[in-house]
Amino acid sequence: MARLPEGVPVPDDGALPFRAAAPFDGGAGRRFGVYVHVPFCSVRCGYCDFNTYTATELGGGASQVAYASTALSEVALAARVLADAGLGDRPVSTVFFGGGTPTMLPASDLVRILGGIRDAWGLAEDVEVTTEANPDSVTPQSLAELRAGGFTRVSFGMQSAVPSVLATLDRTHDPRRIPDVVRWAREAGLDVSLDLIYGTPGETVEDWRTSVEAALAAGVDHVSAYALVVEPGTKMGAQVRRGLLPAPDDDDEAAKYELADELLTAAGLDWYEVSNWSRPGHECRHNLAYWRGDDWWGIGPGAHSYVAAPDHPAAEPVDTTPAGVRWWNVKHPRRYAALLDESRTPAAARELLTPDDDQLERVMLRIRLREGLPLDALTASARTAVGTLVGQGLLDGRAALGADGAGRRALLTLRGRLLADAVVRALTD
Amino acid sequence: MPIPGPELRARIEPNATAPELIRNFCIIAHIDHGKSTLADRMLQLTGVVEQRAMRAQYLDRMDIERERGITIKSQAVRMPWQLGDTPFALNMIDTPGHVDFTYEVSRSLAACEGAVLLVDAAQGIEAQTLANLYLAMENDLEIIPVLNKIDLPAAQPEKYAEEIGKLVGVDPDDVLRVSGKTGEGVDALLDRIVETIPAPQGQADAAARAMIFDSVYDIYRGVVTYVRVVDGNLNPRERIAMMSTGATHELLEIGVISPEPIPTKGIGVGEVGYLITGVKDVRQSKVGDTVTTQVKPASEPLGGYEDPKPMVFSGLYPIDGSDYPALRDALDKLKLNDAALNYEPETSVALGFGFRVGFLGLLHLEIVRERLEREFNLDLISTAPNVIYEVDLEDRTTVTVTNPSEFPGGKIREVREPVVRATILTPSEFVGTVMGLCTDRRGTLLGMDYLSEDRVELRYTLPLAEIVFDFFDQLKSRTRGYASLDYETTGDQVADLVKVDILLQGDKVDAFSAIVHKDKAYDYGVQMTAKLKELIPRQQFEVPIQAAVGARVIARETIRAMRKDVLAKCYGGDISRKRKLLEKQKEGKKRMKTIGSVEVPKDAFIAALSSDAGGGKKEK
Repeated sequence: MARLPEGVPVPDDGALPFRAAAPFDGGAGRRFGVYVHVPFCSVRCGYCDFNTYTATELGGGASQVAYASTALSEVALAARVLADAGLGDRPVSTVFFGGGTPTMLPASDLVRILGGIRDAWGLAEDVEVTTEANPDSVTPQSLAELRAGGFTRVSFGMQSAVPSVLATLDRTHDPRRIPDVVRWAREAGLDVSLDLIYGTPGETVEDWRTSVEAALAAGVDHVSAYALVVEPGTKMGAQVRRGLLPAPDDDDEAAKYELADELLTAAGLDWYEVSNWSRPGHECRHNLAYWRGDDWWGIGPGAHSYVAAPDHPAAEPVDTTPAGVRWWNVKHPRRYAALLDESRTPAAARELLTPDDDQLERVMLRIRLREGLPLDALTASARTAVGTLVGQGLLDGRAALGADGAGRRALLTLRGRLLADAVVRALTD
Repeated sequence: MPIPGPELRARIEPNATAPELIRNFCIIAHIDHGKSTLADRMLQLTGVVEQRAMRAQYLDRMDIERERGITIKSQAVRMPWQLGDTPFALNMIDTPGHVDFTYEVSRSLAACEGAVLLVDAAQGIEAQTLANLYLAMENDLEIIPVLNKIDLPAAQPEKYAEEIGKLVGVDPDDVLRVSGKTGEGVDALLDRIVETIPAPQGQADAAARAMIFDSVYDIYRGVVTYVRVVDGNLNPRERIAMMSTGATHELLEIGVISPEPIPTKGIGVGEVGYLITGVKDVRQSKVGDTVTTQVKPASEPLGGYEDPKPMVFSGLYPIDGSDYPALRDALDKLKLNDAALNYEPETSVALGFGFRVGFLGLLHLEIVRERLEREFNLDLISTAPNVIYEVDLEDRTTVTVTNPSEFPGGKIREVREPVVRATILTPSEFVGTVMGLCTDRRGTLLGMDYLSEDRVELRYTLPLAEIVFDFFDQLKSRTRGYASLDYETTGDQVADLVKVDILLQGDKVDAFSAIVHKDKAYDYGVQMTAKLKELIPRQQFEVPIQAAVGARVIARETIRAMRKDVLAKCYGGDISRKRKLLEKQKEGKKRMKTIGSVEVPKDAFIAALSSDAGGGKKEK
C-alpha cells in the first residue's frame, strides 16, 4: 500500500498554520473542493495500492455502517478549522467521492455525507458532485437515488473491455455490463465518465483498441486513461518482482497512449489533462481544482488536504509564512474513527510548503493541463528553457508565442504529454 | 619475562648500543596473513606497548590502512629483548606488502639483516610474498620462516611447513609456528630473531652514511624521514646532506620510535631512527637516498637509489567542474606525502578539467583516489588506467603517449609498450585455466615449477597493459580466488596496437578511447558499446553508440529514444510524493555529465571505466 509522505506533526485541534487577517474575499480566485475517501472494496485488486479494505479486513469501530457518521464528524472538524482560520465563508464548488468503492456504501449514506458538507459550507449553485463506482455495485435505483440526493456525475471503473485483461487486474465485473450502467446513469441525469487502464501485462494493442472503442460506444462524454503503474507492496508488484508477470513496457504504453488519443479525439473527446479526455464542458472540475492549485479538504482515512496561504499575511507574524499547507490523515479506518471520537484531528502529519515547493508543484500540476501554464508563472531562468523545449517538439510553439490568442503559455504537444516529467524538470531547474 | 631490566637497559640506549646488540628485521607477509597482528603482539611482549594502550594494529595509522588491513607506510619500532644475560635492541621495520611498492619494499629490505617470512597456515604462500622473499634472498637476508594463525581450525601447518621449508631451504621442523592472535610462539620467534639474524656491520668511525627507507609527511612536524645508519653517526648538532641532490638541512630532531617518537642525542652505526628537518615535501627526502653530514660528507652514496617511476596513468576529473581547484589543492597536499605521485593538468571534451595522474600501479591508484574522495570530500571520475606507449612516427620522431586520446593518428612506424615478468601461484588444478588467460593476454611462458604437490608457480612475460586491464580480477575469478600474482617491469616490446574510439551520437568521448592490440579491437568495441548501451539511460532522442578505429566503425549499438516519462495519475494524494520524486530526480541530474546533448550518469562512467567485466547494473 502506498506509504504516506514524511511530515511534521499537526496540532491536536487541526489548526492551520496561518489565518486570514482581513475577512477573506470568499475565494474569488481560489475555489474550495471536498474529497471524500471511502475505504471499502468487495475485493482488493492485485494492482491497487490505495487505502482500502475489504469487509473481512475491518473490525469493530470502523464498519461500513458507521462510516458516514465518522466522516461527518471530520466534516464538522473541517468547518471549525477553516472558520478559525478565517477561511470558512466559501461555498463548496466540487465534491468527489473516491475510494475504495464509494458505492459499497448505500446511496443514502453518500447522500447523507453530502448533506453534511452542504450544511457546513453550502454548495455552489453549479456544484459538481461526483462519485466513483464499480460497474457491478450500482443499480438504476441507486443511481436515481444519488441524482436525487444532489450527485451530478459518476465515474465508472471500467478499466478494460477484454475479459482476460480484467482477470489479470482482478476486476470482477462483466464488461458486457458497461453499456447498461452508462445508460442507467445517463437516464438518471448523471454525467458519466469511464476509467480505463492500459499496459496491463498481456494486453495487446488490439485489446486496448477494443477497450477504447467499447468506452466510446457506451456513449460517454468523459474518459480517463491511465498507464498501469506496478506499485511495490501490491500483489501485482510481487508477481512482477518474481517474474510471474512481465513489467509494463514504456514503449508499449506510449503506443497505447497515442492510440487512445487518436481514437478519443476522433470521437470528439479532446484531452484536457494528460490522462483525461472529454467533450467540451464535461471536464471533471474537481480534478481541475487539484491541477490549478485550488483549496481542497480530504475527508476520510489516508485522505490528503491542501490549503494555500491566504493572500493576506498571517495576523501574527512568524519568521516564514508558508505558501501553503498539505496534510494527510492516518490511514487505518479504525485509528481514524478513534481520533475523531476523541475530537482530535485525524491528520497524521503535514508539510508546510515553501515558496519553492509551491512553485515546483504549480509547474508540475498546471503543465498537465490543456489550458497550459502561463509563461509568467515561470521563473526567469525557466523561461529560457521554453525555446529549447519547443525545438525538441515537447511544447507547442504557437502557444509559447501566444499566437493562438490565449496568452503566452507552456502547452504540451502529444510527445510532450508523454514526456511531461522531463518537461517539468527542464522548467524548474 | 625476557624484557631487560634497568641495568641491562643502559647497554641498549639509543646512540650507545654496540652493533652486536642490534637486530634489524622486517616481516614479509601477504596482505591478510596477519603481519600487523603479529607486530602488535611483539610490541606487547617486549613491553613497548601496554596491554590497555593496545589499539588493534597499532602500527597502521591511516584509516585506509586499517580498513584494508594493509600497510602503506612503513615504520620502524625499536623493542628491547633479552636472551640469556644479554640485552638486545630489535628494530622491526615494517614493509609495504603490495606489488605496486616493490621499490619501497626493496629499500626496507636493504635496511635489515634478516626477515621473518610470515605465512598463513591455512592459505600457504602467495605470489607477492614469494616475490618479496626472492627479493630478500637476493639481498642476502637471513630468513626466518614462520607459519601464522596456527590457532585456526583450517590451519594445515604440516603441509605449508613443507612448502616454505622447500622454498627457503630449511627442514620443515625448523619452521616456527605462531599465532599472532593468541600470542602463542611469539616469544620463541623473538628469541630466534636474536639467535639467527646477524648483527649489523658498519664503520663506526667512518663518514656518516644512512639510507632513507621511508619518508612521511606529518602536518605538525613536516617530513619525518626514517633512516638506517650504515656507517658513522648522525646527531642533532650537525647539518645533514642528501647525497642525490646535495641539499643540506638542519636537524631539528633525531630519535627512535618505541612506539612513539623518542628524541635522542643521535643514532649510531647499525641503528634505525627518524630525522626531522622542517622540510615540507617528501620529495626532498627521497626513499633510497643516502644521508650524510655536511661537515664530513661521505664520498660514495649507498647503492640502490632510484627515482620513482609511474607505470600506470589515469585521468582524474571532478564530477562537479567547480571542484577542479579543490582537486588541485588536494593533489598538492597528497604529493607532500607521496613521492611517487605525479600529475599534470589535462582537459577532456567529455569530462572537462582534470589531471592525468601517474601511479606506481593499480593499488596506488585506488589508494590515491580513495584518499581524495574520503579525506578531501571530492566526487571523482577516473578514466580507465593505461600504460605509457612510445610511438615512433614515419618522420622519425617519437611520441610518448600517457593518454590514449593523444595516440597519434598519422603514419606510425612502430609502437612499444611496457612488459612485465609476472609470477603466478595457483593450485595445480587451475594451471590450464591460468595458462589460457595468460595466452589470451598475449603472455609468453617463461617457466613453471611445482612448489608442492598441488601448488604451481608460473612465470610469464606479459604486456603491462593487459595486467592493468582487469587481469587480476579475471585471475581471481577463474581460480576461485586461489591464484596470486606478482610482477615487475622488465622493459618494453613492439606490438601491433591501435586506438579504439567510442562515439556517442557521433561525438568522440575521449575518456573512453583505449589503446588495444589489433586483434582485440573488435572485442573491445563490441564490449564497450554494449556496456554503454546498458549504462546510459534512454534519452528523448535516439543515441547511436559507435566504436571506431580511425574512420572505420567496428561496432555499433543504439539506445532507443525514450517515449514515455510521465506519471499517469496525479491527483490530490499523489502531489507530495510526486514533488519529492521530482526533487530527487533533479538532485540526480547533478550527477550527470552532458556529452554533446547526451546526459550520462556519473555512475555510468565509473561502471564503464571500471575493469569489472560484468558491467554495471541497468537503470530502470
